[in-house]
Amino acid sequence: MPNGSSCSASRGTVLAQRLAAQMTRIAGREIPAGVLDTTLYRDDLAGQPTRATRRTEIPVDLDGATVVLVDDVLYSGRTVRAALDALTAFGRPAVVRLAVLVDRGHRELPIRPDAVGRNLPSAKTERVRVTLTEVDGADAVTIEGEPR
Amino acid sequence: MSDHLLSTRGFTRDRAVTLLDVAEDMADTQRRQVKKLPTLRGTTIVNLFFEDSTRTRISFEAAAQRLSADVITFSAKGSSVSKGESLQDTAQTLQAMGADGIVIRHPSSGAAHTLATSGWTRAGVVNAGDGTHEHPTQALLDAFTIRKRRHGDDSRGRDLAGLRVVIVGDILHSRVARSNIWLLTALGASVHLVAPPTLLPTHTEGWPVTTGIDLDAAIDDGPDAVMMLRVQRERMTEAFFPTAKEYASLYGLSVARADRLPGSSLVMHPGPMNRGLEIAGAVADSPRSTVLEQVQNGIGVRMAVLYDVMTGERAA
Repeated sequence: MPNGSSCSASRGTVLAQRLAAQMTRIAGREIPAGVLDTTLYRDDLAGQPTRATRRTEIPVDLDGATVVLVDDVLYSGRTVRAALDALTAFGRPAVVRLAVLVDRGHRELPIRPDAVGRNLPSAKTERVRVTLTEVDGADAVTIEGEPR
Repeated sequence: MSDHLLSTRGFTRDRAVTLLDVAEDMADTQRRQVKKLPTLRGTTIVNLFFEDSTRTRISFEAAAQRLSADVITFSAKGSSVSKGESLQDTAQTLQAMGADGIVIRHPSSGAAHTLATSGWTRAGVVNAGDGTHEHPTQALLDAFTIRKRRHGDDSRGRDLAGLRVVIVGDILHSRVARSNIWLLTALGASVHLVAPPTLLPTHTEGWPVTTGIDLDAAIDDGPDAVMMLRVQRERMTEAFFPTAKEYASLYGLSVARADRLPGSSLVMHPGPMNRGLEIAGAVADSPRSTVLEQVQNGIGVRMAVLYDVMTGERAA
């Protein structure tokens, strides 16, 4: 049973909080949600405009914990790689799982999610956008742009 | 995002707040089990110091190392070559050696700007103090320290609007004062300068400050922070005040003066301090003093600056 979950973007944060709340209800014990900013662990910092960092909040000791990484859209996998690197700065979790709302394919690294809300095959020219009530006012997944 | 950090002049409020917010995140990383970040892995930063400095050099070294940059420290003090030539030769040598970033301290005002714009090197340049001109990272850590004392964990996104800061002492020779004037006012604070007439620059009309010569009046005005500057004897080629005793009595922050400040007022000093001259030892060690916090905050602030200068697309 997981005893911690985190995420790597503000919509990921909201999803992690929703999941943690559900899991807390089902498990009958507190499953804390944290926030993990992956910016400083990215491998593409040189090629594009400097990214602003975000606050990281890990409310529990991760040594020996089961951690679920949560993000809204899984694409190249590079953010997840950075997140795995960032996590190890906080300790050595027993198990790390990956849960995403949308998997749109086009992986550039050998990373596969353990739980997927929806597989959404998409062209690289398309843009997949997740909106959430807490951030955007409504829950939705939209695909924009040309299918190729 | 920027290629260099040469000055705080021209900083917008948003740029300053963003940089201070990144510094907050950097400071937070230093509480993790693993404090080293891979952010600047594979880059080389040269600390190029043409002037003595212990705390600034060590602070930049620590910042660069915690971001995984390779660090080379080059102390060029005592070189007899004329300054322009020396700087050019050194810069070209560092370029040939593959420096990606240069942190420079130099006794001549404008040296960092010259290095950044000369074409001698493509490295990102951070000004760690140039003559009597600017010391932007000191101002950033001062602003960070004020904000942190004021707002604690709730500091992110905030500026210093409405705060009143008094800067006291050797304004004439102080690059710390100049950088703080631009930065603190960009963040919405008001700045009042207090110094003996001989240590106030003659041309402050264009500066966004008020000036005075009466420290007691400035103290009784109840400022939010009093920043004491070091009396820089090494830059004084003539007599700017009659005796140290007279300076201490008129412009030193004594215990009696500090006791008249409101309880929440901060006492700041960029260091190194002349205890008993511009600041009484007991005041420097009192709870309202931020001297050690300033040093501690310097590392996170310099990590943020190096991150800002060393990442992102570079202008060709």
